[in-house]
Amino acid sequence: MISIYDITKKFGKLEALRHINLVWQAGHAYGLIGPNGSGKTTLIKCILGLVIPGTGTIQVDGEPTSVSEQYRRKIGYMPQLGRYPDNMTVGQVIDMMKAIRPDTAVHDEDLLRAFELPTLSHKRMRTLSGGTRQKVSAALAFLFSPAILILDEPTAGLDPIASELLKEKIIHEKEKGKLIVITSHILSDLDELITDIVYLQEGRVHYQNTINHLKQHTGESRLNKAIAHIMRMPEVINVSSSTA
Amino acid sequence: MTQILKYVLYDLLRDKFALAYTLFLWLLTFALFQLDADAGKVVLSLMNVVLLVVPLVSIVFPVIHYFNSYEFMELMLVQPVHRGIVFFGQYLGVATSLVTAFLVGVGIPVMLFGAGMAGVSLLVSGSLLTLAFVSLAFLAAVYTPDKARAIGMALLFWIYFTLVYDGALLWVVYTFSDYPLEKITLVLIALNPIDLARIILLLQLDVSALMGYTGAFYQQFFGSALGLSVSAGVLVIWILIPLYFALRFFLMKDV
Repeated sequence: MISIYDITKKFGKLEALRHINLVWQAGHAYGLIGPNGSGKTTLIKCILGLVIPGTGTIQVDGEPTSVSEQYRRKIGYMPQLGRYPDNMTVGQVIDMMKAIRPDTAVHDEDLLRAFELPTLSHKRMRTLSGGTRQKVSAALAFLFSPAILILDEPTAGLDPIASELLKEKIIHEKEKGKLIVITSHILSDLDELITDIVYLQEGRVHYQNTINHLKQHTGESRLNKAIAHIMRMPEVINVSSSTA
Repeated sequence: MTQILKYVLYDLLRDKFALAYTLFLWLLTFALFQLDADAGKVVLSLMNVVLLVVPLVSIVFPVIHYFNSYEFMELMLVQPVHRGIVFFGQYLGVATSLVTAFLVGVGIPVMLFGAGMAGVSLLVSGSLLTLAFVSLAFLAAVYTPDKARAIGMALLFWIYFTLVYDGALLWVVYTFSDYPLEKITLVLIALNPIDLARIILLLQLDVSALMGYTGAFYQQFFGSALGLSVSAGVLVIWILIPLYFALRFFLMKDV
């Protein structure tokens, strides 16, 4: 569903992404992990068209992202730090998003209800706490039942209950055969959610494989230990994940 | 597009700045009409204020608004919305509110007191000038990464077009006063939208007689229908060129 061919991005002298090649398929949940500044968010922003890559192409369902913005109909995005117009209320933001994407008639309001956002609909965005904003971001990402969900640090800042609700929703959507991309530093959260792992380091794909292969390969049963193992590996191992 | 424009305008209405600007222009115009019975003289004094205030407001306010709407734009850019639509939504929203403020604030008293053709050309050139400076403001906002520097750049544009350019123009005219400069100054004037608006207005007010031979020459050019449409056309170019470069950069910008 998402194919990334030879993406390179420089910010001045800093090479944020170096020759990234990835193919992501529906029904998989990819955990995009790596140290701070390894290029995770930049890669996500390239897919969303917020950052224009220096070289290479990205295709979503075979459509190059540089040609038309319509591919974004298929994507729901939850940013790391959701920023919203301060003066608008929660209800206005949700109504505005519905008005901007009028082609989706039936909205998936599961999370909206689970997070009890309708009770806050008259509150202005500026008065919300960081965690409540994250709830709004999460609810908006799932609102249009998109085929692709891109979640940047989804559980950071959420309370344990909200975090569990969100994880249940992610698993539910994954089982429906959607493509899910998650970045997170909380590896214990990822363990239950993801099927595949993509490890970025210094703008390169350092490791890519299914979780099962990773655990076999490293001989560790827990994700954080397995990740610690690949972090110590000096050589770049890039195994295709096409065999799930 | 209409959806985005709707939310931009809604945000601007809440801002109350446009309302305060309208009120200021309205009070100013009204007060000037109270001071003098001669509509021509009023338009002349009004022109001097308008040519200072309108460019200043039209260049600083859009820059501030652009950076205050950054969250909104970020939100829109991850939706299936073309970047150009996000850009024009912002531009048209700000331009509409500033032009409306100008037309209501200055236009209503001017029409009420009957300032005639001079009044109409004040309204037309003031509106075109507003649009030109909003374009320049977007150029400054899109090219600069942060608000403070963008406002600085906007103020530099304003100082350049109101003070520096005229100083340089006077120096050229004075230094080369032995040569026939009419046509050259005509071109030089076209390179500054404020000067262009001023000349169009002065020649409507028949004060060109005070400017001697040069005034007569300009009267001949700007007084003709052709001259007026050419100068209005040049003002439109002043709107379109900065807008084009701002849009081109916005389409390729990393958010």
